[in-house]
Amino acid sequence: MTSSRRLTIAMTTMPNNRKNPKVGLFVTCLADMFRPSVAFATVKLLEASGCVVEVPEKQTCCGQPAYNSGDKATTADIARQTIEAFDGYEYVVGPSGSCIGMLHYYPEVFSDDDPWKQRALDLKARSYEITQFLTDIVNFEQINAAFEGTITYHDSCSGLRQLGVKDQPRKLLSKVENLTLNEMEEAETCCGFGGTFCVKYPDISNRMVSNKTQYISDSGASTLVGGDLGCLLNMAGKLKREGKQIEARHIVEILADMTDTPAIGEAEYELAKAL
Amino acid sequence: MSRAEILGNIRQGLGRQEATAEQRDKALARIAAHKATIIPKRSQLDRKGQIELFREMASGAAAELIDLNELAELPSAVSTWLKQHDFKSLVSASDACLNELDWSPLGDIQREQRIAQSGDVASLTTSMAGIAETGTLMLYSRPESPTTLNFLPDCHLVLLKESDIVGSYEDAWNLVRQNNPKQMPRTVNMITGPSRSADIGQKLQMGAHGPCVLVIFILKDG
Amino acid sequence: MQIKSPNFKENARIALHNVELQEALGQFKYGFPVNRANAIKRLPEFDDLRDEARDLKNHIIENLDIYLEQFESKVIENGGHVHWCRTGDDANKAILDICKQVNAKTVTKGKSMVSEEINLNDYLEKNGVQPVETDLGEYILQLRDDHPSHIIAPAIHLNVNDVSETFHKHHKRPKTEDPQALMKEAREVLRKQFVSADVGITGANFLVAETGSSIIVTNEGNGDLTQTLPKTHIVITSIEKVVPTLEDMSLFLRLLARSATGQEFTVYNTLSTGPKREDDQDGPENFHVVLVDNGRSEMVGSEFQDMLRCIRCSSCMNHCPVYGAVGGHSYGWVYPGPMGSVLTPKMIGIDKAAHLPNASTSCGKCEEVCPVRIPLPKLMRHWREKEFEKHLTPKAVRFGIASWAFFAKRPAIYRWLSRGSAWFISTLAGKKGRLKKLPLAGGWTDWRDMPAPQGKTFMDQWKAKQKAGE
Ligand code: SF4
Repeated sequence: MTSSRRLTIAMTTMPNNRKNPKVGLFVTCLADMFRPSVAFATVKLLEASGCVVEVPEKQTCCGQPAYNSGDKATTADIARQTIEAFDGYEYVVGPSGSCIGMLHYYPEVFSDDDPWKQRALDLKARSYEITQFLTDIVNFEQINAAFEGTITYHDSCSGLRQLGVKDQPRKLLSKVENLTLNEMEEAETCCGFGGTFCVKYPDISNRMVSNKTQYISDSGASTLVGGDLGCLLNMAGKLKREGKQIEARHIVEILADMTDTPAIGEAEYELAKAL
Repeated sequence: MSRAEILGNIRQGLGRQEATAEQRDKALARIAAHKATIIPKRSQLDRKGQIELFREMASGAAAELIDLNELAELPSAVSTWLKQHDFKSLVSASDACLNELDWSPLGDIQREQRIAQSGDVASLTTSMAGIAETGTLMLYSRPESPTTLNFLPDCHLVLLKESDIVGSYEDAWNLVRQNNPKQMPRTVNMITGPSRSADIGQKLQMGAHGPCVLVIFILKDG
Repeated sequence: MQIKSPNFKENARIALHNVELQEALGQFKYGFPVNRANAIKRLPEFDDLRDEARDLKNHIIENLDIYLEQFESKVIENGGHVHWCRTGDDANKAILDICKQVNAKTVTKGKSMVSEEINLNDYLEKNGVQPVETDLGEYILQLRDDHPSHIIAPAIHLNVNDVSETFHKHHKRPKTEDPQALMKEAREVLRKQFVSADVGITGANFLVAETGSSIIVTNEGNGDLTQTLPKTHIVITSIEKVVPTLEDMSLFLRLLARSATGQEFTVYNTLSTGPKREDDQDGPENFHVVLVDNGRSEMVGSEFQDMLRCIRCSSCMNHCPVYGAVGGHSYGWVYPGPMGSVLTPKMIGIDKAAHLPNASTSCGKCEEVCPVRIPLPKLMRHWREKEFEKHLTPKAVRFGIASWAFFAKRPAIYRWLSRGSAWFISTLAGKKGRLKKLPLAGGWTDWRDMPAPQGKTFMDQWKAKQKAGE
């Protein structure tokens, strides 16, 4: 547990000269189930940037498990459900490059003569990963957050290679007060999570995540930051198993200045002790 | 039988019958035009720049460069190099420009014009072109210049005239076509530095099967 | 080569515990990938070349029959022969026939992955012709009765000590661990083979339709000796290697070395066109091209067509974290890494090779570095689709997907399930924030802790907040 002292600065709502876009939050399964604070932080950032945020009831999972297992029919069913759930929103934003990346694959699921194809293309055009949305779409500059400590940033694969998320998180993090970023070696190398991969090929996944945790600790950072909960759970789980004193957090928690919750895999009482 | 099946499969995959005359002509016209694709800007320099680049890239590939002010200096330069390495013999290509030279500076170093054999320590050939882009020599086989000279001996000495240095591979192909209007030579060699391998424990070593040393005598006629 | 792909998991497990292999792999990632990155920095046009190469390959495939026929007619015009071979057996027979025609006892061989694909060495040996591998790496492997674990650095899994022992045993010379001395030793031993071989077999990196030439790209010069010294030169290659012109070939050469080893250019790029000319003093008297199909023609027009663009540079495996963890032998057949995970199922059947396209996180690094921009993760997914359609996907996985899908398609029940799971796991974790063991998640918790959920789901909390009018 690091002894970073978290400063709470109220985030001011940013005046947006354009109209306030209506954004549908794509919560993602892992944020919903494992770390609601990530979804709340996303909402906070979106609202701060002037968006009106809603959480459509009909959403579930993006469908990646089916897609990656070669189950085209199920993927299409889930795609249709998600497309419908987010009908009418100007933007769809989520705290995961991987899940948003999956929405971007929807057009591939439908044949050209299928009317759903167009709707899938339309959804793709409106869907953004959170740091990308804040940086590239609404030019959100008013980060009101502070973080005492040195972090290192892991570029998750789908966000990086499919969506082109690379500079955006770094640009946003550079606005966080007191935060120092130490880049690790091979920040772009896969952590070995890969959805079902990590349970189907656990020992290969283990080798990959072990390489990663080595790079993370070599960076000298006390906190690992990333944009995808899947990867973060994997790396945090490994760091903990190895007994390394490095915390893991989703980037939105830091940007929204919501680091008073325990880090991933940390217990309440440890935090209490440290403070 | 295989031939028909393979071509049949390809055509089926392409969703067509045998190519139409028009499709075929188009492909053949593309070949006839042999247009260059993207040529890196790196080598699009004036003559002086190309010569500089060639030298830089060839040394970068571990070739040894020796300058000559005129062709007549070649025999003594070769002799000096061979003596430095204590070599007593040289197998040579028999191009007219080599044969015209006075080889007496070799002294008791034996100079033979023949194909290379196992055990030969050094060979001498000319080169058709030097390609600045990557410091690459281009040689081709013909009666006067058998290919074994380029590969069997331990050291390969090559004469390159600055005036034969070109920018890109494409420039060199045009020279090959010019020099061999009827048919490609049996062998065209592009050579960039001496032979090497990293197959033993990932450690790069010079001199795998081809020459361990590549010496380029650059004639400054440019 | 014996097919060991069905045992991928076990192969991988053994590889992960092989200390020396892990050392070699650890070293490997600081070689080719680093050199490649540096080479690209020096060539600003690199990405444009890749686009151009992708488009050109697509054009070639669209006209593949035309260019192949044109290539064939040029080879014949130059006095050579072309043998079209639908299968590996056809190719083996064609090569043996040529060897018999010239009474060959020994053949030297340059590196050829196609020859590995069709088991040429075994076939020749069984039929009384002794093949001698001359690429240093391949030679070491042949002495050890081993197989390549990489398509351009075949002995990457061995260290200096392994080579030292092998040479000592076979060459009967004093043992040395100096790589330079070892290489010299191989050079001397193989010299004799080069000179005495009756036939030389090489692969081809490209075939040029314009001239009927084949080109080999090597750093050692073994391929050149192989194809220059014996009386007969056989090129064994596959149908997708044809390119229209020398200029087109140059485009691929610019990409090949840089993507493979990170060199600006490979040491020897050698074009062979027909047999030696009448007045030539050396060179082969016979020139044969054995064109192998082995399933490739069926890829035209299929969802795997893009794979025909592959120029065998190895960049995808050099950068693959899975290859980097388990090495090439784990894949259990000739072609390892991402390109192998797409090709192998086509060549040995998805039923035997199902693990390969599944053992990927779809991280996309391979596609990022592929010089001809092959969407490898997408092609691997296509194999998963085939596997699923054919009901080859393991029952447990199918059942898992089906049950999960049942819920995922019903948002209300899904909410309930998420709530239940979040509650269940966080209760198990108690106050610890993470779990060391979790029922049914052994794959995860054998190696790492499972961070515990925070408690209530976001959806429940959000709804409560909305109700409270926050
Ligand atoms: S798939 Fe691409 S990266 Fe891999 S070997 Fe082929 S060309 Fe190279």
